[in-house]
Amino acid sequence: MAEHSVWKSGITLAIIAAFCTAIVALTWQLTAERIETNKKEWLERSLQPALAGLFFDSPVTESMLTIPPPHGLPGSEAAIIYRVYAGIEPVAALFVVSARDGYAGPIRLLIGIAMDGNVTGVRVLEHRETPGLGDRIDLTKSDWVLQFDGHSLRNPEPARWAIRGDGGDFDQLTGASVSPRAVINAIRETLAYFEANRVAVFAAPTQSEDEIATEVD
Amino acid sequence: MSVDLVQRFKSGLWHDNPGLVQLLGLCPLLAVTTTFVNGLGLGMATLAALMASNALVSATRRWIRPEIRVPIYVLIIASLVTCIELIFKALFPDLDRSLGIFIPLIVTNCAIVARAEVFASRNPVGTSIVDGLVMGSGFALLLMTIGAFRELLGQGSLFSRMDLLFGGEPVRGIVLAENGWLLIVMPPGAFFSLALAIAAKNAIDRRRKDARTTLSRRARTLNR
Repeated sequence: MAEHSVWKSGITLAIIAAFCTAIVALTWQLTAERIETNKKEWLERSLQPALAGLFFDSPVTESMLTIPPPHGLPGSEAAIIYRVYAGIEPVAALFVVSARDGYAGPIRLLIGIAMDGNVTGVRVLEHRETPGLGDRIDLTKSDWVLQFDGHSLRNPEPARWAIRGDGGDFDQLTGASVSPRAVINAIRETLAYFEANRVAVFAAPTQSEDEIATEVD
Repeated sequence: MSVDLVQRFKSGLWHDNPGLVQLLGLCPLLAVTTTFVNGLGLGMATLAALMASNALVSATRRWIRPEIRVPIYVLIIASLVTCIELIFKALFPDLDRSLGIFIPLIVTNCAIVARAEVFASRNPVGTSIVDGLVMGSGFALLLMTIGAFRELLGQGSLFSRMDLLFGGEPVRGIVLAENGWLLIVMPPGAFFSLALAIAAKNAIDRRRKDARTTLSRRARTLNR
């Protein structure tokens, strides 16, 4: 009798497990395509703001380049570069780099630089800075990050790429200097990298679609 | 029936509120309620999970032997939450990104297992779905209230980032002040806010009780 009930329980469990798996599989089937499109769209959309005022005519995500460390860019993880073209003419490069010295871990940044070395836009992609203080580097919290647009390593000179408190030209955030300092340093280093490697950046071959997919994940 | 329904809503939203009274599901409650929209999003997801799990547990209650009920509840709840997560990723990708790990973590919300065990395993499907609706609404309302409270005090805004749910351009909501009281947005603020909510509920209950006793005393004096 006892054995019988163990079997019965096992079978019940198996049937319900199969049923649950079926529900999940079905939902996955119905949503997979949409989720994939969402991911791509989100990436493309999140890259656009760093390209303010530029003309380009191809999806940015198609020209991705991943550089494993060590790479001379800010951050200890792999850096990502998207090359932006108008026709075959390169117009800008987008860098996804990490500022190491944030207040609470690395700050993932998107930095757009036009061919002439001017910043076209900076966005904070990921951060864990203190809410209400350092998190105002994020555009959803304040406009702080917009002040870099149009600046380059000649305007101002590299030594003045710092917050005003450190003798630089850029605004800091009330009550927070660590996060702004980290962001500004990362932008300056990225600008310097672009100056030095401009040709190499655009010469490198684009990765295939599959590689990109795994990088994005 | 309708009187019964009203009673059950009162119980779910107030007298037996899963968050306020039973203190279940505190992990998501404390963690995501930094803004109203986060509270609303997670509240809706939990509500859906609770209704679906109550329905399934109730529908299978005749075949579930008591000794295997817990693994079965876990199976049912985990698969339903996975489905909800996939649906969120497909329909509200931005909100999903904002809630992060807390959608999958609905699995660990004890309020759901508790309703399966206490209610759905003993009642017909229809009543169980209503129970899920009632309890889920109670939980969701609490999430929204605490989310609104923390957003208002902590960031000085209300209904910011509603675009996460409804699409469109990022919005900052109703901005009342540029800066808020930081502590409230940080983890300790979550505990303070919940404590205030519980204290407020208890105060209201006591006042009502006092009012009732005064009323009956007055009635007695009048009768004399």
